[in-house]
Amino acid sequence: MDLTFRPEHEAFRAEARGWLEAHVPPDPLPSLDTAEGFEAHRAWERTMFEDRWSVVSWPVEYGGRDLGIFEWLVFEEEYYRARAPKRVSQNGIFLLAPTMLEYGTAAQKARYLPPMAAGDEIWCQGWSEPDAGSDLAGIRSRAARNATGDGWVLNGQKTWASRGAFAEWCFGIFRTDPDAERHRGLTYFLIAMDAPGVIVRPIPQLDGETGFAEIFFDSVEVPDDQVLGDVGAGWSVAMATAGSERGLSLRSPARYTEAADRLVQLYAARGGPPESTDAVARAHMDAEAYELHTYWTATKVSRGHAVGAEASCNKIFWSETDVSIHSTALDLLGPGAELLTSGAPGEWLDGYLFALAGPIYAGTNEIQRNVVAERLLGLPRG
Amino acid sequence: MDFSFSEDAEALHQGVRTVLDTECNADALRAFELADEAGRAEASANRWSVLAELGAPALVVPESAGGLGLSDVELVGVLEEAGRACLPEPLLETAALAAPTLAALAPDPAAVAALNALVEDDAVFAVGGIDVTHHGPSSPTEVSPDGMLRTPRVVGSRDAALLLLACRDAESGWQLHVVPATSCALEPTPALSPVRDLATVHWPLGSDTLLAYGVAAEAVVSLLADRAAAGTAAHLLGLAERMVAMTAAYAKERHQFGRPIGSFQAVKHHLANARVALEFARPATYRAAWSLATAQPTLSHDASMAKAMASDAADLAARVALQVHGAIGYTWECDLHFYLKQTWALSRSWGDAAAHRRIVLAHALAR
Repeated sequence: MDLTFRPEHEAFRAEARGWLEAHVPPDPLPSLDTAEGFEAHRAWERTMFEDRWSVVSWPVEYGGRDLGIFEWLVFEEEYYRARAPKRVSQNGIFLLAPTMLEYGTAAQKARYLPPMAAGDEIWCQGWSEPDAGSDLAGIRSRAARNATGDGWVLNGQKTWASRGAFAEWCFGIFRTDPDAERHRGLTYFLIAMDAPGVIVRPIPQLDGETGFAEIFFDSVEVPDDQVLGDVGAGWSVAMATAGSERGLSLRSPARYTEAADRLVQLYAARGGPPESTDAVARAHMDAEAYELHTYWTATKVSRGHAVGAEASCNKIFWSETDVSIHSTALDLLGPGAELLTSGAPGEWLDGYLFALAGPIYAGTNEIQRNVVAERLLGLPRG
Repeated sequence: MDFSFSEDAEALHQGVRTVLDTECNADALRAFELADEAGRAEASANRWSVLAELGAPALVVPESAGGLGLSDVELVGVLEEAGRACLPEPLLETAALAAPTLAALAPDPAAVAALNALVEDDAVFAVGGIDVTHHGPSSPTEVSPDGMLRTPRVVGSRDAALLLLACRDAESGWQLHVVPATSCALEPTPALSPVRDLATVHWPLGSDTLLAYGVAAEAVVSLLADRAAAGTAAHLLGLAERMVAMTAAYAKERHQFGRPIGSFQAVKHHLANARVALEFARPATYRAAWSLATAQPTLSHDASMAKAMASDAADLAARVALQVHGAIGYTWECDLHFYLKQTWALSRSWGDAAAHRRIVLAHALAR
């Protein structure tokens, strides 16, 4: 056991810190859930890509640096420390890419990964449907063989697709065997959002911005080489993505330790009100515990162990930690917390709204608790 | 960065688990509670000799002094097992508190003699005279009218050959002594947990028993408090693991409405919450052990964080375990109460979660 980073990791940290200090935009970019903000964030992805900082853990041939999980964690720490922009590419680079690296063909990786890394093609996730949210296996959108036998015809509706209003591509699961039930007969597709028959209807969120969208598929033609993994194996491919979403790659601990550090500073600046002491201490500890847990998991992963249903513990913990950090900050801000100000106080309010989505997306925390109970504790399915 | 245990540490951890599964299972705890004083002494002596054979009490004592020469990183898994088994003997006090403290104070003659007794004679140690509050350590030791010192709630004195005792007065500060049991008068104090051995100890203040005083003693006491917080956190992890496992097993067996109660989401979510709390208290506790082993400047923060998180995790596990067991869990017939009572005791011993949260925050503010 050695809980320090090796000298070469610290050297990498210094390099990342230097680059970020020189390149992170001094003023926050406009919200990525607006057309203008989306393009500003895309340009930032391009800036990172040009100096090989956008996907440091990927193979060199796709735009990465072929670095290990600990270097990725170090980069993330520096990224959040630098208060760098949100990653508009996150659905692609953190969720689809690990799945594609595992299940994709050589041709698919060469075609899709470099533009994803460069921000030229931004991806959204087409999983949930109006009647298939927590019950994801209940999806009804379907794919049938086309008339010429060299592809598929997609019909149906997806919803709550983050980044869906502006994205170029969508990864989604469709039912390819109409007679199969639940987890069987599903297939994982890669779909161009400008294909004929794809209709996008942005959904205003509770903050008024259009972060997510409904996507309608009206006889959309998709060629065979846009199937990821085997036909009919969509559920197991999707679970690899879900593992990334709940486990290590979507939410690096730096996001929470950075926010918890700011919370401790806010508490000090407010004179250390005793009524907030316990909540601030808990937020600081939970963020740090998540960081330690991530190092622990990363050690296992670096030794070839898979992350199993423990990923569901993770998802519950980071999402609830995020809500606690931000609600504690709003308590400290007191009567001013509701004001839509720019700068520090407004960031806490924005962060709070964003955090509140966490226990819902990536599989609700109720579903995660079922997974923990059934798969880690062996309790019978209901 | 390497957050893993060595093969030796894993083997030691497993070895202790295997031994305690036979020597200290619920039947053994039940027999222990029902035994008379002589019966308890015999059971404790037998278990201690098994633990001593594994090298557990002297695990962190240097090889040159006859120990295993390992560190707190190897010890933490052993302490977890002591917690999981609800071990009645003072392994924490002997292996995690007395042993490293005495080893660090060598070549002081009193420390060397006491350490020899620990290694050569398998001497058991009791510890008392230090309480933890959010202001730091304080001492409950008082001077009695007869001139003897009186320390309440000393842990482990029944089997102890030697007692590590602290006192503090406003003028000269802290003193730490190692006192032979033969010089002490014990006044056992009944406690809720049948495996907790608490006593008020009356002891003479002498220069021959003195290990440290003044500024040096303050540093030793502060380190002892951190060691105790981290070691108690490890016990609480073990207790939480035990209670979650036995409750999950019960929820699979117990049927209501024609189904196992573990198939109901209300029950699942209770247990999942306890499992999640345990999952995140664990690396925090292992980090505290590493900080002890490597004398990190963040040790006090790390030990307090471990104690706060493990106390909360074990308290939640206890609450959930009792609720899911229902009325049967409230009976003496069910094994659960051994682990519940020990959890309620340890989660508040060496500083409760709220006190440690305040210590942690004070450190975070000073960063």
